[in-house]
Amino acid sequence: MIIDTLSWICLLAGGALGIVGGIGIHRFPDFYSRLHAAGITDTLCAMLILLGLGLQAGWSLAAFKLALIFVFLFFTSPTASHALANAALHSGLKPGLDRDKREGLNHHD
Amino acid sequence: MFIAASLAILVTMGLALARALAGPTTYDRIMAVNMFGTKTVLLIAVIAFLSGRTDLLDIALVYALINFIGVVAALKLVTQGNFHSTDTDASAAGKGEPE
Repeated sequence: MIIDTLSWICLLAGGALGIVGGIGIHRFPDFYSRLHAAGITDTLCAMLILLGLGLQAGWSLAAFKLALIFVFLFFTSPTASHALANAALHSGLKPGLDRDKREGLNHHD
Repeated sequence: MFIAASLAILVTMGLALARALAGPTTYDRIMAVNMFGTKTVLLIAVIAFLSGRTDLLDIALVYALINFIGVVAALKLVTQGNFHSTDTDASAAGKGEPE
């Protein structure tokens, strides 16, 4: 009974975090800040939902597959975000720094 | 319970698609596609448990692999302008595109 409520809480928290991240990528002004919001949904939301499902599955093959997905997402989503930010920075996409905003140098807002 | 989680994931995928369409720079679009792919992995996992057929989880695992490779390939294409090795004229095509 406790496991059901626990997995219920994990699943709903993961779903809520996903929506928060989804709203975040629309609210933030700059690409690099949007990357933070996308990062939230990629990591914690995925982990919570996989944990919620793992609790439901108990000690079975499905739980092992979920753990595999968890490990793989755990390593690849930060790498993908890093590659994304690295490529954007190298190809000339300037982050909107606070210093620029104060001196009004920011051309795009 | 699974239905609530899958609805939340569907809403997040919709938001990611909206960002992919509206995103000013190409990198916003790649980020949105990456987020969409991760959410597809989760949606497949939730549907596997919703329908009780847990052998669907293999598909979720493969999708997580392919999504990561797809994002890295898209980044290579955008920054380098093409897929084959960097020769002189190709690298010029990839530069200075976003702003």
